Amino acid sequence: MKADTTVDAVGLLCPMPIVKLSKGVKAMESGQVLELLADDAGADSDVPAWCKKTGNEFISSEEGDGCKKYYIRKS
Amino acid sequence: MSEQEKLSIIVFSGELDKALATMNIATGAAASGMEVTLFFTFWGVSMLKKKGPKKGASTILGKMFDKMLPGGPDKLPLSNLNMGGMGSKMMRKQMKSKKVQSLPEFLELAQELDIKMVACTMSMDVMEIPKEDLIDGIEYGGVAAFLNEASESKFSLFI
Repeated sequence: MKADTTVDAVGLLCPMPIVKLSKGVKAMESGQVLELLADDAGADSDVPAWCKKTGNEFISSEEGDGCKKYYIRKS
Repeated sequence: MSEQEKLSIIVFSGELDKALATMNIATGAAASGMEVTLFFTFWGVSMLKKKGPKKGASTILGKMFDKMLPGGPDKLPLSNLNMGGMGSKMMRKQMKSKKVQSLPEFLELAQELDIKMVACTMSMDVMEIPKEDLIDGIEYGGVAAFLNEASESKFSLFI
């Protein structure tokens, strides 16, 4: 998946992945895609929940190199 | 989102674990687009104390409280397994190695995320904690200020 920005939250625990995600999305244009790298197990439910709460689109997630990759489109 | 949702939390406890839970929820909510207000009252006021030399209390009773209360966010005990301070030391060490935010870092993050922090002036009066001894960038208020925020909030917590 091609992303406009990558935010690295590997090694960080709750609530930092979504705090970093929020900062990243804030700096983007509408329609752009953000790639979030995280290895906190809670991110699996936190990232889609954050998207639902903030009205941004959760596209997908996939296994990365020692972490998971989450793709979010800014609404 | 059309209108910004609000969350208000009463921070009553002066213990590390409860303070961390509070700051975790508060910063998470702010990062999710909510407008967050934290009201620090009673034991909770201690975590707003700034580093370094303090003005302190003026009366003997006030000075005794000053000695017994935690001197800032890095001095809070645990509510469980504190074991005379050994437990909280172990917890801080463990959290650092797991890269969890420390309480002072959480307070900085809260200010960065525009979380409104209000110190209860009644508690400050009772425990003789002067404004000069608290961190910058906070507000001061009483029950009406809290009720005003709480009545507009989606939900309120008491921790």
